[in-house]
Amino acid sequence: MSGAVPPAAPMSSPATTLASLPFATRCAIITRLFAVQASWNYEILIGNGIGFCVEPALRLLPGGRGGEAYRTALARQSAYFNAHPYLTSFAVGALARAELEGQPPLRIERFRTALCGPLGSVGDRLVWVGLLPTCSFVALLLYGLGLPTLACVLTFLVLYNAGHVALRLWGLQMGWEKGLGVAQALGHPILREGPVWLARAGTFFAGAAVPLTVMRLVHGGGLSRTAITLVVSAVGAGALVLFHGRVEGWRLALLAGFAALVLFLLRHA
Amino acid sequence: MIVDVLVLGVLGAILGLDMVSFPQAQISRPIVSATLGGAFMGNAGMGMMCGVLLELFAHETLPFGASRYPEWGSSSPVAGAAAAAGAAAGGVSMALLFAVPFGLLTASIGGLSMVQLRRLNAHMAGKRLEALARGSARTVAGLQVAGATADLARSGMISVIAAAIALPAVRWISVQPAPLAPYAVPLLASLGGAVAAGAAWKMFHSTAGTRWFGLAGLAVGLGCVIAMTR
Repeated sequence: MSGAVPPAAPMSSPATTLASLPFATRCAIITRLFAVQASWNYEILIGNGIGFCVEPALRLLPGGRGGEAYRTALARQSAYFNAHPYLTSFAVGALARAELEGQPPLRIERFRTALCGPLGSVGDRLVWVGLLPTCSFVALLLYGLGLPTLACVLTFLVLYNAGHVALRLWGLQMGWEKGLGVAQALGHPILREGPVWLARAGTFFAGAAVPLTVMRLVHGGGLSRTAITLVVSAVGAGALVLFHGRVEGWRLALLAGFAALVLFLLRHA
Repeated sequence: MIVDVLVLGVLGAILGLDMVSFPQAQISRPIVSATLGGAFMGNAGMGMMCGVLLELFAHETLPFGASRYPEWGSSSPVAGAAAAAGAAAGGVSMALLFAVPFGLLTASIGGLSMVQLRRLNAHMAGKRLEALARGSARTVAGLQVAGATADLARSGMISVIAAAIALPAVRWISVQPAPLAPYAVPLLASLGGAVAAGAAWKMFHSTAGTRWFGLAGLAVGLGCVIAMTR
């Protein structure tokens, strides 16, 4: 990815030499990062959200809010962009720094384009296929072990959001620190090895959680009923793996559930 | 009942907003939102049971970017509330047999509505491309606020309509005599278990070493099942 960005070019009239973002600006950006996807659309994807998040930093440009530099930079930052929503913080920090340093517009635009792919794929693997299912299986495991409702829900929310919020904050800090060199941060062990270890943890917790969850759901039926339900689950899972890509289990379950409901009601009638 | 439907509409609107627009803290996940729906109807445990079943299915539907996926935030609280309302009326098993597929159906419709919302957002953005190119901060902020507001309205509407259908339906269904009712929860659990286990394999099998972690987890899980059901 770094190859797609032009080599370090002399800065064109540095706008500012801020060592760090002012506290109020940082807080405004962090708050806005949570709403980065609010206008997600098929036209410019998350682009408007990036402009929305970078905007508080752009007020520090010469001329201030509404100045020529501010408007030009905001227009540049509100163009098409795509990334995982949590990892947009890396882009927002880096782009804010690049704009405040007065990097050449062409370089910023090329950097923006180059950043889309890696921030999308790393985020998907780390969060959607790593953190989220792992936390969910942990919560299901606790449910299966018989923990109270509140404990299961809070464990899920605290575990997940510890990772979620930390990722957003760390990304903003890394992006700001590294600027256009933020690609180095994407090689950080957390982003490189994190998905692997989360996948391993997720598999472990899935293996433990599914039988225990099924057991608690059919509780009262004893070992035999649990065993029969688990065998049916295992056969079903095997079939879904076999037909992977051709059928979606949740859609089949929807149909099967309603069919069973009608059957159960008609059986008596 | 009207108050219940309206409150569930507000709850669904807030939780639906979490799915994509703000703040993506996963309070929209079924295990959380269905529990909240059940708690609102006075039975958090029943809401959670419904949420756990929906959560098992949710593993198969990950919210990747532009892909179409079920929207759990507006559907799960209604499903959880329906399960609790049905249980209060007298039939836990039949209440779940209605609430879970109904939750899946509503989530599917919610997913379709998100596609329409994205088209609406694109239409709004498309009409303002010139203002965006001029660097109008007002347009940038306006699009974000409009998108979030439309999402709030979308999810609230889905929840209201779903609750207006689900609550009377589940109260009727759960008092109907159904000799096969004892098989309802095992059926749902086996479907959920199959989908979750299949989804876990699809998500994790390409990572080196996960097979052994999965087998270790399975051994722990089955060991606990045997110990706890004796």
